[in-house]
Amino acid sequence: MHIPDGFLNNQTNFSLIVVASTFCGLAFKKAKDFLFEKTEALVPQLMTNVGLEINQPKILNKLNLKLNANKKIQQTAVVAAFIFACQMVNFPVSNGTSGHLLGGVLAAMVLGPWLGMLAITGVLAVQALVFGDGGVLALGANIFNMAVVGTIGGYYLYLLAVKIFKNKNISIALAAWFSVILASTACALELAISKTISLNLVLPAMFFIHALIGLGEALITVFALKFLFNDYDSKK
Amino acid sequence: MTPKNKIILAISVLVGGIFSIFASAFPDGLEKVAENYGFINQAKISFPALIADYAFPKVGYEPLATALAGIFGTILTFLLILFLGKVIIKTKQL
Repeated sequence: MHIPDGFLNNQTNFSLIVVASTFCGLAFKKAKDFLFEKTEALVPQLMTNVGLEINQPKILNKLNLKLNANKKIQQTAVVAAFIFACQMVNFPVSNGTSGHLLGGVLAAMVLGPWLGMLAITGVLAVQALVFGDGGVLALGANIFNMAVVGTIGGYYLYLLAVKIFKNKNISIALAAWFSVILASTACALELAISKTISLNLVLPAMFFIHALIGLGEALITVFALKFLFNDYDSKK
Repeated sequence: MTPKNKIILAISVLVGGIFSIFASAFPDGLEKVAENYGFINQAKISFPALIADYAFPKVGYEPLATALAGIFGTILTFLLILFLGKVIIKTKQL
């Protein structure tokens, strides 16, 4: 559901660029928490020039790279690459329509909501800027729909589902399906706000087609998590 | 890089480079809705893409053009995130 340029009006495009940038800033801040930890470092002070009194060592707060920081970055990059590749493989759904993985819940389950959001944002940026898939002006809207709503939203959908159903795979499948519905609803709202099409037409149309595409999303997400990303550290 | 990450990256390149050739050419959900409700023609290109339509330029044979685009995009995405990660590490004082 990559929105091309021309579907949304300028106000909608630019408002969502601001929203998307804000979330990217937040995600960068959160990413630092994953990569660094504050440690107290003892810094021995120099002896005074008299050479008699030795001061107490000074305590400094230092930001240290966590041991697994590079691994975490590599994981994020690998997940993004996998999702980019999967998004190229459209699967047919019904009456001449196809869909592809969005990957929001997949990314959030492996990386947590914030690094997951950055992974999907990276995918969307490459698609828009290099491949012309999704408009450059609409990039903010696409990041909002798929990286913010689909990934961060998808993560909380999973937390909600697992509380109710107590089963990991069922919850992943439900969260994946709902994340596609939510993202397509956001897309429909943006189209309606831009006066491209009225809400009472676009909302049900987007819902029905993405209810089908969401089934593929649920299937791929469950299988990829089970067989490919199974032993990844899922601690957030 | 851990062996696991290498395997998943290799699978990604395979999916982007081989599976993509067999992707459905049907319009996606949003495109279909845009066709049905007559606003598909409003789509316009504001900035010409380097690799439009996931076909590597100047490659005549279509499956090969798709495969090259898929492999290129998958690796580019991987490198972009690695690069961003390095930037975050470099700017830790900010």
